[in-house]
Amino acid sequence: MSEVKIIIDGKEVHVAKGSTVLDAAKKIGVDIPTLCHLDLHDTKMVNQAASCRVCVVEVEGRRNLAPSCATPVVEGMVVKTNTIRVMEARKTVLELLVSDHPKECLSCAKAGDCELQDLTELCGLRGDSISGTAMSTYKKDITPSLIRDMDKCVLCRRCETMCNKVQEVGALSGINRGFNAVVSSAFELPMAETVCTHCGQCVAVCPTGALTEMNHTWKVVEALADPTKTVIVQTAPAVRVALGEEFGNEPGSIVTGKMVSALKAIGFDHVFDTDFTADLTILEEGTELLERLENFLEGKEGPSLPILTSCCPAWVNFVESQFHELIDIPSTARSPQQMFGSVAKTYFADKLGIKREDLVVVSVMPCLAKKFEASREEFAVDGNPDVDLVMSTRELADLIKQMNIDMEELEESEFDNPLGMSTGAGVIFGTTGGVIEAAVRTAYEVRTKKPLPKIDFEELRGFDGVRVASVAMDDVVLNIGIAHGLGNAKALLTEIRDGNPRNIHAVEVMACPGGCIGGAGQPYHHGDSSILMKRQAAIYQVDKNMPIRKSHENPAIAEIYEKFLGKPLSEKAHHLLHTHYHMKDKA
Amino acid sequence: MSNFKMHMLVCGGTGCISAESELIVSNLQSELEAVGMGDQVQVLKTGCFGFCEKGPVVKVLPDNTFYVEVKPADAAELVKEHIVKGRKVERLLYMDPDKKERVADSKNMDFYKKQMRIALRNCGFIDPDKVEEYIARDGYHALGMAVTSMTPQEVINVIKESGLRGRGGGGFPTGLKWEFASKYDADQKYVVCNADEGDPGAFMDRSILEGDPHSIIEAMAICGYAIGASKGQVYIRAEYPLAIKRLEKGIQDAREAGLLGENIMGTDFSFDIELSFGAGAFVCGEETALIHSMEGERGEPTTKPPFPAESGYWGKPTNVNNVETLANIPIILLKGSAWFAGIGTEKSKGTKVFALAGKINNVGLIEVPMGTTLREVIYDIGGGIKNGKKFKAVQTGGPSGGCLTEKDLDTPIDFDNLIAKGSMMGSGGMIVMDEDDCMPAVAKFYLEFTEEESCGKCTPCRIGTKRLSELLEMVTEGKAEVKHLDEMKRLSRVIKDTALCGLGQTAPNPVLSTLDAFYDEYLAHVQDKKCPAGQCTHLMTYTIDPEACVGCTACRRVCPVEAITGEVKKPHVIDQDKCIKCGACYDKCKFNAISVN
Amino acid sequence: MAKIMSFDELKKIKDRVQSQVDLREKGENIESLVQVRVAMATCGIAAGAREVMNYIVEESAKAGLTNVVVTQTGCMGYCYAEPTIEVTVPGQEPVVYGNVSLEKAAEIIDKHIKNGVMVDGIIPATHKSIE
Repeated sequence: MSEVKIIIDGKEVHVAKGSTVLDAAKKIGVDIPTLCHLDLHDTKMVNQAASCRVCVVEVEGRRNLAPSCATPVVEGMVVKTNTIRVMEARKTVLELLVSDHPKECLSCAKAGDCELQDLTELCGLRGDSISGTAMSTYKKDITPSLIRDMDKCVLCRRCETMCNKVQEVGALSGINRGFNAVVSSAFELPMAETVCTHCGQCVAVCPTGALTEMNHTWKVVEALADPTKTVIVQTAPAVRVALGEEFGNEPGSIVTGKMVSALKAIGFDHVFDTDFTADLTILEEGTELLERLENFLEGKEGPSLPILTSCCPAWVNFVESQFHELIDIPSTARSPQQMFGSVAKTYFADKLGIKREDLVVVSVMPCLAKKFEASREEFAVDGNPDVDLVMSTRELADLIKQMNIDMEELEESEFDNPLGMSTGAGVIFGTTGGVIEAAVRTAYEVRTKKPLPKIDFEELRGFDGVRVASVAMDDVVLNIGIAHGLGNAKALLTEIRDGNPRNIHAVEVMACPGGCIGGAGQPYHHGDSSILMKRQAAIYQVDKNMPIRKSHENPAIAEIYEKFLGKPLSEKAHHLLHTHYHMKDKA
Repeated sequence: MSNFKMHMLVCGGTGCISAESELIVSNLQSELEAVGMGDQVQVLKTGCFGFCEKGPVVKVLPDNTFYVEVKPADAAELVKEHIVKGRKVERLLYMDPDKKERVADSKNMDFYKKQMRIALRNCGFIDPDKVEEYIARDGYHALGMAVTSMTPQEVINVIKESGLRGRGGGGFPTGLKWEFASKYDADQKYVVCNADEGDPGAFMDRSILEGDPHSIIEAMAICGYAIGASKGQVYIRAEYPLAIKRLEKGIQDAREAGLLGENIMGTDFSFDIELSFGAGAFVCGEETALIHSMEGERGEPTTKPPFPAESGYWGKPTNVNNVETLANIPIILLKGSAWFAGIGTEKSKGTKVFALAGKINNVGLIEVPMGTTLREVIYDIGGGIKNGKKFKAVQTGGPSGGCLTEKDLDTPIDFDNLIAKGSMMGSGGMIVMDEDDCMPAVAKFYLEFTEEESCGKCTPCRIGTKRLSELLEMVTEGKAEVKHLDEMKRLSRVIKDTALCGLGQTAPNPVLSTLDAFYDEYLAHVQDKKCPAGQCTHLMTYTIDPEACVGCTACRRVCPVEAITGEVKKPHVIDQDKCIKCGACYDKCKFNAISVN
Repeated sequence: MAKIMSFDELKKIKDRVQSQVDLREKGENIESLVQVRVAMATCGIAAGAREVMNYIVEESAKAGLTNVVVTQTGCMGYCYAEPTIEVTVPGQEPVVYGNVSLEKAAEIIDKHIKNGVMVDGIIPATHKSIE
């Protein structure tokens, strides 16, 4: 690629043709502030709305200021980023944004994490310097997963880009004009009535408090304080490789042991691991896969191939609302979170000799869709949900801080038993490619009755949006499709719907870019996609460190089948660990 | 050959149609039948004559008699007198307001004397629904010439040499724009006609489409040939039903005549046109917003580059021209670039159509050579200020332009002079204000328009125009201080400098130009809390003269907020704190006891 | 309209339909044309003014005289000599002919209009063009 030479603030810089002025400035350490701009490399997320006008710069020969985020470099361009003209413009633009922004920063869910706040601090805004007082206000919209408080929207359009261009869900778009312009659903319907999958990626990219999660932290505190309740917690695989970031650790730090100690210090009666039910999922889903593979090979009636993984709740919502014609192909296995809740409120409650009503199951999830999933009525018995409360990774970090617990000083400890015992296969559920790799590890050995020559299936790993690989299991070659990000999943699913030319037998989908490590409940990445890579590497490291790395070798799993469930796909397993899907017509 | 010895042209523009001009056509026809001259006199419905102030217009040819304010009932007299007996109907002739004489020939009317009709050449002359009439006026000859004897580059060169600049507002050289689009290789390119006319008071594009649709169809095809596009798209406001109807008929007729479609006039060149309807959002006149709207997306602009010439409609190279620009194309090709370049000023060639409105005697649509002065337009063509009032300012360029004053009246109008004076050509709206107009209120009117029409995408336009209009409201309500005028200047400066598209970048112009030319009037509002023009109701005081008041209680009873007290037959008093300045008492008082100042 | 298959065909169509707008174009440039005004008051019509007008229109068209425009006007005041017509050649004073029969009209076209030579039958007048 040819290079272009430009001058920024008197310094010469050579950058590739097609770069923006912002890219070029970054290269020589000129840090132009931005707000709406977001470029998550390695995913399709590039927000180049150039709508906020915070990053404007002077370009010689141009009549007005140019948005550096969306202005391509041109040979010989002379750019100034810190003239009084630029600074006045940037400051005034911020003052305008602030003039139409609620002044409730003290109690805002995004306080401390707000990109607008960072900018006002940077540019030294003081008091109200704009006279007008009208505010654009909108009705708050609350779903089981997220809260939309559009009074705080700065119209950066990141959420819209994420929802439409990356996830291709299409639930959000700009509506109204002028001062009342805002991002909303069609006809301003409540999000619950739209095709929203609750993936929460809009929350993950929102720079302000306009989009935040439905917070369950205080409800957890109340449950813990209730002497009549036994409160247990499960933690999802991706939480342990991201939680540390909230305490100043490098991205990719593994904090499993400290997390368990913190949960115990908080006061949970038992600290369990969703990885355990991830292993259980493999037994159920893996068996279903093999059964459907046999049916397929023998040309029998019944659900055939491909089979789709079903552990991602946003993905399930997506299929239910936008892929009606494929509604019978996802695995019927419940997600690990819901298997955990179901097992906890039956098997474990029995073990403790308490009623399910007196057991409170809390999850810590990297995900906001899990909050919605826990609220689905099919996952409740007589109104008592299998999973009572779902906290995001961020909420757990907040709770640890509120409980005056110093993560640094904590000793490491182990998960409790029996629902805390897991394998490396369970932990890789946290990244794209992990669920299917875990399933293959088990399916291979079950079908071939031979030990795997090599546990790591490198061919299934990576970060490309859509990956297809083949795994030989003796006489059969299993073609596997993997997609992360719903837009990629849509492309793969459309291919399958329209004839499945690559003859794919099994598909893993995770709604969020990167899988659960990039979930909407994780610490904010603020546009640094390298964080996702580091979390992914950490997940594989945890797997490597585990003594057992195949789900079917988990002794606790063997025990629960022996003592409680019988065998995979037994009637009891069907009742407690499987579900069914509903077609949903949504706007 | 036809038997018609005389033609009667009746204006069929939207304005005159709403004044029953279609009924005039049918009445004339039946009256002619009645006197047995139906086959000798042809009655035609044409496009707009421009003299909307005096519509409906009926023109009789070849004796060139121009009747104004004709009513359907006048048809009988017109036929019996003028047609049968050759006597002009004096009372329907235009009355020259200065000489107090009737004028029969429109060429002798001041309104038309200084006009030069190029873009409007066929408006008010041909029947827009008849492709033959357009052909009779050398229609489609420019296209024929281009596709049979010119290379695309030669066509582009003629347009470049003519000096034609975009009439939609920006004034970008049209030939250069075509050349850009021609340079990009693509399997498909598009020609887009921007008929999303949105400036308040401007209606030249509508008039051209209603009066001469084939000129636009032909021009688009020529552009298609020049840039290598086979598809054209007209983006037109759905609020222009008549223009849409005539355009649709025009496209249909052109297709049937083989002037659109495959292998036009037996050449390899194929071109066809479709319509896209806009919902009338002002911002959709901006070409990137227009393209997004055509694609079914939200009509909001995106940063340029990439320009549409590189990546436009469906990501393909696209050339967007406004209606009036296109209307010039065929005749430039026919008469040559030198002819066109000979008209106008050094950097602005040809003519410009203006929509005259406001406090001016001759409201209407005019076309003058570039370089005509504002004074000529306002006083000679426009007939001066209504009711003998004093001229105060003229707003050119619509909400994106600025106010020009007395000192600017002798400025020759062209793109660059208007910008130098703090205004702009825009699409050609020209709104004249007299001594009774309050300039802060005028600025507020325009700001409210842009605030409303902003798409809301970028911060300076979404919030900045709102804040500016709030500040102007404070000024007109007497709540502002001098520091607020400085704040308005700073906001205006930043909005101009940072807004994403032309709408926002030009939105502060009315504020800046009035602040510049009428700073004293602003100061009067903020310091003395007075509106010199007497327009700002909040700054008025209603008082009752106790000498004149007879205590009839009429004012007290009509006051909606009970601000007036007083006993019967005793002088009444207005409580200034309660008064909402509605003026109801003033209107009610029969004794002139209430005064306003 | 049938499909136009070439530029030449378009030009031919133009020639054919030109007459439709001719009258209007002439009206727009009336000063540079030979104007023939036919007095069309009741007496004129009774004396055959309309036939004379139609004759002049048709004959000058047949003769290819594209610079002639025929209009009508009210009574010229020469009721004794109807039909009367006024011929104005650009740059010259108008001339009024009285008792214009179709034969006289032919002569006027042939001599006066084509060649600028006046013929008999002029109403000698110090008259000015009406209006």
